[in-house]
Parts: sequence; C-alpha cells; structure tokens
Amino acid sequence: MSDRDHHDDGPNKGSGFSRRRVLECMTWAGTGVLWTISGGVPRSLGLVGSAEAAEAKGLTFLQISDSHVGFDKPANPNAIGTLEEAINKIKLIPVKPSFMIHTGDITHLSKAAEFDNAERIISQAKLDVHYVPGEHDFIDEEVKLYRERYGRGTKGAGWYSFDANGVHFIGLVNVVDLKGGGLGNLGNEQLEWLEDDLKGKSKSMPIVVFAHIPLWSVYPTWGWGTEDGARALDYLKGFGSVTVLNGHIHQVMQKVEGNVTFHTARSTAFPQPAPGSAPSPGPMKVEDAKLRTLLGVASINFKPGEAQLAIIDTPLQG
Amino acid sequence: MTSLSRRSLGSAVGLAIAAAIVLPAARVRAEETAINIDNFTFEPKELTVKVGSTVTWKNRDDIPHTIVSAGKFRSKTLDTDDSFSFTFMAAGDYKYFCSLHPHMTGMVKVE
Repeated sequence: MSDRDHHDDGPNKGSGFSRRRVLECMTWAGTGVLWTISGGVPRSLGLVGSAEAAEAKGLTFLQISDSHVGFDKPANPNAIGTLEEAINKIKLIPVKPSFMIHTGDITHLSKAAEFDNAERIISQAKLDVHYVPGEHDFIDEEVKLYRERYGRGTKGAGWYSFDANGVHFIGLVNVVDLKGGGLGNLGNEQLEWLEDDLKGKSKSMPIVVFAHIPLWSVYPTWGWGTEDGARALDYLKGFGSVTVLNGHIHQVMQKVEGNVTFHTARSTAFPQPAPGSAPSPGPMKVEDAKLRTLLGVASINFKPGEAQLAIIDTPLQG
Repeated sequence: MTSLSRRSLGSAVGLAIAAAIVLPAARVRAEETAINIDNFTFEPKELTVKVGSTVTWKNRDDIPHTIVSAGKFRSKTLDTDDSFSFTFMAAGDYKYFCSLHPHMTGMVKVE
C-alpha cells in the first residue's frame, strides 16, 4: 500500500472506499504486531516476554506517547494517573530496557506545571528518555518550555540523531510551521539535515525514525499524515531495515512497505477513534471499564541480523 | 451544510430582531457574529460580514485549537470553552486555519 494509494482515497472518493483501505491497513497491524493476548505472550511476563528478553542479545527499548498531562476531560479525567500506571508497568519489566522514546504530546497545553508533572512521573522509570515534541508541546505563549527542557543538543525545532547498539535513531519534528489545509510538516531545513545525517551510513545499519505525527498517510482527512514525509522516506531507500515509530493518533496501526515498517503507539491518556469512524478525531469516550484496554505503551526489540524489529504493544489492562 | 447555513441565517435574524428591540430607531452597523469550533470544524466554515463586524470563535471541543489568518490575526491557544474575537476593519477574504490541526480551515468574507 503506497502513499499514493492513500491520496487516491482522498475526501472526494466515497468514504466507504477509504474506510476499506484503512481497514486493510489495520489488517496489516493484526499480522505485524504481537499483541499481548492474541500473540500468545503471557501477560504475567510483563511488557517483554522474559524468554524473549533473555534470548535477545540486541536492544530493547520502549515507546510511550501522547501522555497529554493536564488533560481532564470526560474521555479520561485523570490522564496523569494513567501515565503513572504506564510508568509503574514499565518499572516491573524483568529485563531493564536500554532506554525509552517519547513520541510527543507530553503535555496537553504546554503549561510549566504539566511539563513538571510529566517529568516527575516519567523519571520514575529510571530510564534515559529521548523526546520529540507533539503539537501540544509547543503552545505556550513564548514557545520555549519544550526546548528549555528537551531541546539541548538538538537542531532546529528539536530534531537529532544518535546511535545505540549499532542502530541509528533519528528523532524528527513534524509539528511546526504547519500550513493551512495541510498535514504534518518537516520542512526543508530538517530534510536537508536528514539527508546529510544519513550520508555515509552503511546501508546495513538498521534505522529507527521517530516523530509525533505519522510520516505515512494514515488518514489525511483528519490530518493524519506528513506533507513532506515521502521526501524523508526517499532518503531512507536502500537501507535494509527502517522502522518508523509515531504517535498522535492514539491507537495502534502498522503497515509494512518494502524495507520500511510503520507503526503508531497507543496514548497513555485517551483513545481516539479509528479513521472515519466518528465525526472527528477528538478524544473518544468509552466505558470506564474499557479505557485501560485502549491505552498503553510499546516495547521494541532489535536482534542483530534480523531486518524487522519486533514491536509489542501492551495495553494498561487486558 | 444546508442546515448549517440555515442555522447561521437563523441566528443572524435573531440578532437583527434583538437589535430592533433594543435600538428601534437605528439600524445596527457593527454586527457581532459567532463561529463555533465543534468536532474539528469551524461552523459556519464560510461567513460573510460587514466591515466593522466583530467575529467571535468559541472552542467547544475537548482539544485545544487556534485561529490563524496568515499576516492578519492569530489567537492564543483556545482550550475548551475559550473564545477569541477579532474586529474586521477592512473588506476582503480572510482565510484562516487552526495551526495545531491545519486541515481545519475557514473563511470570513468582509464586505
């Protein structure tokens, strides 16, 4: 399924058609994601099956996303509490992950107290955390709080790269300078930096790209995609293993296209509806008993020699 | 969409009647018009007002939004139930969007 397919499914086509294509994407998710229950990984083993973790000589890291600290609306009046639950689960993982990435929307309204609360809770995991911002992290009046906390050593609005265990990680920012009528945006300066960053890298080096808004066109009608994401993916052609990790849509979706695996993580704050299944992408109110089955975190395991990274999405409950 | 424009027409008529009661002698020049932000859409999406009119946007979503018209005006981030007003002193087409969710677009035509 190419980006072009998705664009062809744009708003002018019957919504039934685009719904169907989206459902096909979700089918991909069903085959690609190892669910805690349906994938047969016993829940009691924690986020990462202990057997698997013990075998892995590679790298295991975690992804949390969309914690929206400060959100208190009916879809989850206690977003800070569910973030705490997620971090408590992470603390119980038998084999300590190497680090954590946070794919943005740390806060709901970019208030200093929200950033402080997020930091206080997330730091309890006692893991290094590599952040990229979501659009909710840049809405303080002076647009400085995110950068003061997490911008050190980054370029532009906060992009950067680093290596771990032979894997090259690239954190991108696609939530600034958004254009009316458009989608997420990387911008020329960042794309040039990316091209340069990848220059000289061995094509056998696994690449993990993480950013807030999906780099692929999940559902442009709701703004779920990145205007110039295709250009970033062009630079990643030829690499044997590319994994793109995003948040923003508050639900798990996965698609595999050639050498690239795209994956979105759950939020720890509130779920959002499946594309086109509601009048808007706004917070989805579900029965209280169901909420924690729709929130969660992801664990990503890389084994040397294997092109595809194993991604396990674990809900807070169920 | 038909129902939306009918609704905004209805509120305009309502305003006119209210104005007629308060100020029976003079026709009101400066209108006050509301645009609701609901379900990630501006309602009405297109609005025509007279020069000197004040338009107020109110966010009824559980998610913050902004109103940005490039080079013309820019609201602060509006949390749930926050409002932003702008008085249009010059004629023209004012296209605007939400800088957080740029697929949300609207236009105010000032005549």
